[in-house]
Amino acid sequence: MTAHTEGNPPSSGLAHRRATTAWLFLLPSIVALGIVAGWPLLRTVWLSLTDATLTDPADANFVGLENYIWLVSDPEWWRSVINTVIFAVVSVGIETLLGLVIALALDAHFRGRGLLRAAVLIPWAIPTVVSAKLWAWMYNDVYGVVNEVLLRLGLVTAPVAWIADPDYALTAVIAVDVWKATPFMTLLILAALQVLPRELYDAARVDGAGPIQTFFRVTLPLIRTGLMVAIVFRMLDAFRVFDLIYVLTGNTAETMSMSVFARRQLVEFQDMGYGSAAATLVFIVVAVFTVVFVTFWRVRLEPIR
Amino acid sequence: MTMRRALARAGFYVLVAGIVLYTVFPFYWGIVSSFETGSALFDADLLPSNPTLDNYVAVFEGQPFGRNLLNSVVVAAAVVAISLTLGLGAAYALGRITFRGRSFLLLVVLSASMFPQVAILAGMFELVQWLGLYNDLGALILSYLVFTLPFTVWVLTAFMGELPKELEEAAIMDGASPLATIVFVFLPLLAPAMAATGLLAFIAAWNEFLFALTFTLSDEMRTVPVAIALMSGASQYELPWGRIMAASVIVTAPLVALVLVFQRRIVAGLTAGAIKG
Repeated sequence: MTAHTEGNPPSSGLAHRRATTAWLFLLPSIVALGIVAGWPLLRTVWLSLTDATLTDPADANFVGLENYIWLVSDPEWWRSVINTVIFAVVSVGIETLLGLVIALALDAHFRGRGLLRAAVLIPWAIPTVVSAKLWAWMYNDVYGVVNEVLLRLGLVTAPVAWIADPDYALTAVIAVDVWKATPFMTLLILAALQVLPRELYDAARVDGAGPIQTFFRVTLPLIRTGLMVAIVFRMLDAFRVFDLIYVLTGNTAETMSMSVFARRQLVEFQDMGYGSAAATLVFIVVAVFTVVFVTFWRVRLEPIR
Repeated sequence: MTMRRALARAGFYVLVAGIVLYTVFPFYWGIVSSFETGSALFDADLLPSNPTLDNYVAVFEGQPFGRNLLNSVVVAAAVVAISLTLGLGAAYALGRITFRGRSFLLLVVLSASMFPQVAILAGMFELVQWLGLYNDLGALILSYLVFTLPFTVWVLTAFMGELPKELEEAAIMDGASPLATIVFVFLPLLAPAMAATGLLAFIAAWNEFLFALTFTLSDEMRTVPVAIALMSGASQYELPWGRIMAASVIVTAPLVALVLVFQRRIVAGLTAGAIKG
């Protein structure tokens, strides 16, 4: 269902008046967004071309693309790019599969469905910082419940420092994101599943299709668009990840994301120019990704219910 | 055949139980730990052996946690009020009126809600300092609008577009101005949608971390996520886990309760954020 009203073409005078009304009602929001989004974004891009410092941003000299030239030869930056890509692809991949399974379960009619839905909403309702702390406590190398369970099951012989060990840190971060974000994925997939007419499943059963065949031949093709939208939403979210990684593992190189890198340069090293350059690149990556998606998938831009 | 069906049914319920355990356990474990102190904290018992409220008392003693809670409530409430007020007008324009530039504006709103926050961190820092709002809750109210306002506009536009157009035509026939139409015709009908949207925006503001961490400095000005993240013990290696879990439960329990009570509305609001292909 599209959101705008369609009807008989009104007289041009009325249409004109309606358009004026529209802009009038939009004005406060446009001004507000200009102040809180447009202006700071332009300033960040400008600062990325200067040698500004956080202590005295006014005293800045134009240095051209120097910050960007430094950035592309900075191994720590590239490390954060690779971390972010691994984080985004792996966590969103797992979230999609898990989200599909849970959404299919929620789409079935069974006793206790309400309980399952309530349980699924809980990780979503928990603030990211709290999620990070809950898991950091469970991951604790000496007293953590994760090690306790693995030891009792005999899966490890000695406790593992999940967060401190460079080999496991990124995996540990991804596991928390999967726990936290799968509910969102589930809800979007469930919304796509619930608009499918029941008759389709009946028809598939009459034709003798098994559940697996029905899923791949009927369900999956029909929810493809909804699924893609959910994946893109999550991808964009994962590319800008900050809270989870900052709280769980701090500024360690093994897990540093692009956003953590940019903030560290900007705030901790007070290098406003360099930090802004990194932040601008994060913005460009997200913007290009969005534009490619919108054009490639020909998404119609309509808010729907 | 019936044997197979019974097995499939049992398998399904095992799957459901597994999902519930997976989603609920970490928070449950946090609650259990928040009632334990000393050596009990380090035992992996499923129920606290000697439940105590010591951690909950300690949270409010060692630091201005009560103040932090108040800060979070003030900031989130202010941001929601501003976003809903501005968003309602914008949603009326985008949801009910066809005009040139509408698609472009929708694209801008959607892009703004996808915005990486770090991209405006430097520019916003500068703006906040220029306005004299550094280490002030005003800095957070201002900067949080960057994600709550586009979100509110987008979701309310979806709800607004659903209302029958006869309502508006009748109001116009009666000579009502657009503002009167919004306030007296649409607002009462949109009240549940406004509540759901407001709740989602409130949660987003309540949980925000990057801006709160960067634009506030003193313990008194912190919001709760930052206060929890920065809680430390005697040394870097001895985090006060009992207290951290107690603070986490205090911050999370109201949210979980709200979300469970308003389940249906929340899900409707969340999925309205999606776009049609």
